[in-house]
Amino acid sequence: MSWTRKHLLDIESLSAEEILTVLDTARAFKAVGERVIKKVPALRGKTVVNLFVEPSTRTRTSFELSEQRLSADIINFTAEASSLKKGETLKDTARNLEALNVDFIVIRHTAAGAPHFLARVLKAHVINAGDGAHEHPTQALLDTFTIREKKGRIQGLKVTILGDILYSRVARSDIWALTKLGAQVTLCGPATLVPRTFERMGCRITYDVEEAIRDADIINLLRIQHERQRKTMFPGINEYTQLFGLNRDRMARTKPDVLIMHPGPINRGVEIESDLADGQRSVILEQVTNGLAVRMAVLFLVNGGKGPQEVAAD
Amino acid sequence: MAETILLLDAAAIQRALSRIAHEIAEHNAQSTGVVLVGIQRGGILLAQRLALVLAGIWGHPVPVGALDVSMHRDDLDQRVAPRVQPTLIPFDVTGKTVVLVDDVLFSGRTIRAAMDALNDFGRPTRIQLAVLVDRGHRELPIKADFVGRSVPTARTEQVHVKLSEDTGEDQVVLEKP
Repeated sequence: MSWTRKHLLDIESLSAEEILTVLDTARAFKAVGERVIKKVPALRGKTVVNLFVEPSTRTRTSFELSEQRLSADIINFTAEASSLKKGETLKDTARNLEALNVDFIVIRHTAAGAPHFLARVLKAHVINAGDGAHEHPTQALLDTFTIREKKGRIQGLKVTILGDILYSRVARSDIWALTKLGAQVTLCGPATLVPRTFERMGCRITYDVEEAIRDADIINLLRIQHERQRKTMFPGINEYTQLFGLNRDRMARTKPDVLIMHPGPINRGVEIESDLADGQRSVILEQVTNGLAVRMAVLFLVNGGKGPQEVAAD
Repeated sequence: MAETILLLDAAAIQRALSRIAHEIAEHNAQSTGVVLVGIQRGGILLAQRLALVLAGIWGHPVPVGALDVSMHRDDLDQRVAPRVQPTLIPFDVTGKTVVLVDDVLFSGRTIRAAMDALNDFGRPTRIQLAVLVDRGHRELPIKADFVGRSVPTARTEQVHVKLSEDTGEDQVVLEKP
């Protein structure tokens, strides 16, 4: 199975084999990151634009370092410092970037579907670094990479995603990736933030946190997305922590080998007790390390892709 | 229907490897400074077999590494991304004589990529090249130091090296289109 896609726009349209191709490739790039010389010439002479219309620190720096380690040239655009603030449309911004002969556009945008739009109008490779509440494919890939590395498999694992599901693009991408790879996904959180409609994506839903984490092999915590909530969807931070926060008492009733994951940034003392975030079961910082390897793998793979219709060369 | 011609059988492969090992030993008097690095995928098993023969000649084990050159190829935007295999070089190559081992030498581009990739791990004193089959058609000024068998081929033909660890049988075949 080879990767033939020109873009990475979402997880929903990928097959299980394509996801596994990314994870296998990422393993080799993780090894590159452990060498004395951490740079390879795979994207030498290529230009990558990081078009971050929505603020981001960790995803942007992770992409930037991945691109540098592949020897690409980089241009960074942020919402605050770009012509988008002056009323330019996304299409015009992108066309201008293309006039500079850029080869890759990594885009984060508040609007769902913005990367798909760019992929239709531009010749460059497009990578979705998060679009609205829709998808965040590289996060799901680094999450599944981390789980597979730690547990040796994805198939048959019980994964509980706890927190603000409704507004979370990470949850959507994770659910697609995990269910395609055969994991059983349970969602838990305040009823207003975990609508029953997610059952259609193949998830189990419960509003009882103790029941949700009891048999879990993985607990993936999500932050409450204040910035995406138009009205108050739950009574308050303190009550959220009491009802759904991961604390020592709740951890005592989980599997001894359960892994705690979090896409960051963590709100210590809200969704997770501070000690637990740094504890034995936490793989939060390994997710950050793996994010680099996964993003290098994605850039490497789409570089050779001409489109979904292309047949493998050998 | 593709026509297949047997170039080397199991005994011929064994003889070729044995001769290559003796030539490596003859060219490298300082045996402790020699390491073998097989190029993924075809060169790995050959490097391991050569190491066994060399260990018999020299009376000490010979370190073997595995090198994947995918990330150093010069055609990455012209083809579907290659499947990246592990690179494992469990020793320092600086100051060593590295014998690169591959199954078939063709355009020479893989060897160019391998020398670049090796550079990321240190600065060998010397790099030598051992191949089981040299089929010609070089596109770069690269030449093997140790060759099992030179075979004139047409560009459109394919040379397949099959080893028992993978396929249950040792043989090298030429496939005509």
